[in-house]
Amino acid sequence: MSGRYPRIAMVVGSAVVALVLPRVIYSVLALDILLWALFAMSVDLLVGYVGLLSFGHAAFWGGAAYVAALLARDLRLAFPLAALAGVLAAMALAVPVGYLSIRRRGIYFAMVTLAFAQMLFYLVNELRGVTGGENGVQGVPRLLWGVSVTRPGDFYYAALPLVLLGYLAVYRVTRSPFGHVLAAIRDNEARAQALGYPTPRYKLVAFVLSAGIAGLAGSLYAIGHGFASLDLLHWTTSGTVVLMVVLGGTGTLWGSLVGAAIVLFLRDQLSSVTEASDAVTGAILIAIVLGFRRGLWRSLAALPARAVRRLART
Amino acid sequence: MPPFTTRRTIRSPILARTDGFAVETRGVTKEFAGFRAVNGVDLRLEAGRVHALVGPNGAGKTSLFNLLTGFLKPTSGEVLIFGRDATHLRADEIANLGVARSFQITSLFEQLSALEHVLLALQSATDLGLRFWSSEGALRRFVPRGRELLGEVGLEGAADRLASDLPYGQKRALELAIALAREPRLLLLDEPTSGMGLEDVGRTIALIRQVAGGRTVLLVEHNMGVVAEVAQRVVVMQQGRVIADGPYEAVRHDPAVIAAYLGQVDA
Ligand SMILES: Nc1ncnc2c1ncn2[C@@H]1O[C@H](COP(=O)(O)OP(=O)(O)OP(=O)(O)O)[C@@H](O)[C@H]1O
Ligand SMILES: [Mg+2]
Repeated sequence: MSGRYPRIAMVVGSAVVALVLPRVIYSVLALDILLWALFAMSVDLLVGYVGLLSFGHAAFWGGAAYVAALLARDLRLAFPLAALAGVLAAMALAVPVGYLSIRRRGIYFAMVTLAFAQMLFYLVNELRGVTGGENGVQGVPRLLWGVSVTRPGDFYYAALPLVLLGYLAVYRVTRSPFGHVLAAIRDNEARAQALGYPTPRYKLVAFVLSAGIAGLAGSLYAIGHGFASLDLLHWTTSGTVVLMVVLGGTGTLWGSLVGAAIVLFLRDQLSSVTEASDAVTGAILIAIVLGFRRGLWRSLAALPARAVRRLART
Repeated sequence: MPPFTTRRTIRSPILARTDGFAVETRGVTKEFAGFRAVNGVDLRLEAGRVHALVGPNGAGKTSLFNLLTGFLKPTSGEVLIFGRDATHLRADEIANLGVARSFQITSLFEQLSALEHVLLALQSATDLGLRFWSSEGALRRFVPRGRELLGEVGLEGAADRLASDLPYGQKRALELAIALAREPRLLLLDEPTSGMGLEDVGRTIALIRQVAGGRTVLLVEHNMGVVAEVAQRVVVMQQGRVIADGPYEAVRHDPAVIAAYLGQVDA
C-alpha cells in the first residue's frame, strides 16, 4: 500500500473526532452514529469483502441487544460483560443460520438471511414472558463495576473503547491472510476452490465474525438506550444498515461510517422540521446513491487526487 | 465398488503408489439434460508423463477436466486420483491431493494484483488462510518465491497490476503461474497457449517441459505443433468418447482420428 502515514493520520484524526464528537452533537446521537457505523461495517465485511449481501443482520444486532439487555437488567451485569454475552449469543446464532444460507448466492442468500431474521422477530414477540413482547426489555441499567456511567455523556466515553476495538477487529480481519482469501472468494469462488480453499468454511467463519461485530454494536445500543425493543429485530433495521453501506460505498469500511452518519444525521435534523421526514430522507439518499455510484467514500477520497491533477494541468 | 485390477494386486503397495496411474477413470459419463458430453471414458494417465488431450470443439475435453477436478460430478462412473476414489470429493479436496488446473476461459481474481494471485496460491499450502487475527505481514515470506514464479512466466513487470488490467496473453501466463505455485503432482492445463503470441507460446512450451519433470501433466491443446513437441502420449476425444490413445506418431496416423478431424473441417 502506498500510504502508511496518511492511514495513520486518518486513524489519529478519527480518534480525535470521536473524542470531541459529543461536544458537537448531543452524545446520544454521537453514540448512535458510531454504533450504527460498526453495525454497517459488519455488513460491509460480508458484502464488500465476501460478496454476500445479508438482508437479515437485524437478527444479530437485535438478538444480541435482547441478550445484553436482559443480562444487564436481571443479573445486573456490568455493561462490557453484558455486551460480551451479546456478542457470543449472536455468533452462536450465526453458526446454524450461516451454515444454511452461505450455500446460496446473490438474492437467494439475501432472502434466506431475511427469512431467519423474520423467524427470530416472531419468536421474540411470542416469548412475551421473557422478552416483554411489544413492550420490549425496559429499564436496563448502565453498570460499570461501581463507576457511574448513567449519564449519556459518560456512557459514550465508557463505550468508546469497545466500539474502537470493534472497528479495529473488522479492519484487521479484512487485512489478514484470511481477508485475502475472502477477497479471492468474492472475485471468483470457483478459482479459489481450485487453489484448494474450502470456500464454504471461509464464508461461514466470515459470517460468524460479522454476526459477532453486529452483536457488539447491538448490545451497546440497547444498553446505551436503556431498552431493547422489537424495532431492533425488524426487517427495516436490516434494510437501513444495508442502505448505509451502499451509501458510503461497499468494501471500504470508512464508507460505513460516512453512510451511518448521513442517514442518522438527516433523520435527526429532518424529524424536527417536517412530518414527512422519512420521505425527504429517502429522496436525499436516492439522490446521493445515484450521484455517487461508487459510494460516497470512494468518491470523496478521490477528490484530493483529482484536484491535484486539475492543478497540474493548468 | 469393483475390485482392484490384478495389475495392482500383484505389486507391492509402495510400487503401486509410485508408478501406478496418477489418474484413472472408469466408465465416466456426464449428461447435460440427456446429452452425453462425456460418454463412458476410461482414462489412464501414467504418473510422471506429459499427456495431451485433443479433439474437435465440443468433444468433451473441458467437461472431462471438470470431472477430474471436482467441478462436475459424473452421472455415472468413477474417478481415481493417485489411487484414491475422488468421485465424490469437492474441488478443494481434489486440489489438496496435489492437483492444480488452469481454466480454458481465463479465471482470475479481477480485483487482485498478479502478485496477490501467486501469494494466494502459495499461501494455500499452509494453514495461514483461516487466521483472521493475523496481520497480512504474515504473507511477506511468500513474496520472494512469488516474484520468482511471475518471472518464470514472463510477468516480472506486471506484479502490481490488477488481473483485470492485464492483456489476454498475460492473463493466460498468470493462470499458469498460480497452477505452478501449488507444486502439483498432477497438472491439468486447458489450452494454456490459446490467444498467446508466438514468443509467449515458445516460452510456455519451454516452461511446461521444465516443470513436467516428476509430474503428471494433462494438456488440452489445439496446436498440433505444441502437442508433438511436449506430449509423450496423446488421447483423442470425439463426441464424448476416447477414440484413440497412444504416442503422437501412432495417433496421428490413426484412421479414426483422421476421420474425426476431417469431419470437423467438413462441418
Ligand atoms: N454446463 C453445460 N451444460 C450443458 N451443456 C454443456 C455444458 N458444458 C458443456 N456442455 C456441452 O458439452 C459438450 C462438450 O463441451 P466441452 O466444453 O467439454 O468441449 P471441449 O472439448 O472442451 O470443446 P472446446 O474445444 O470448444 O473447448 C458441448 O456440446 C457443450 O455444449
Ligand atoms: Mg474446452
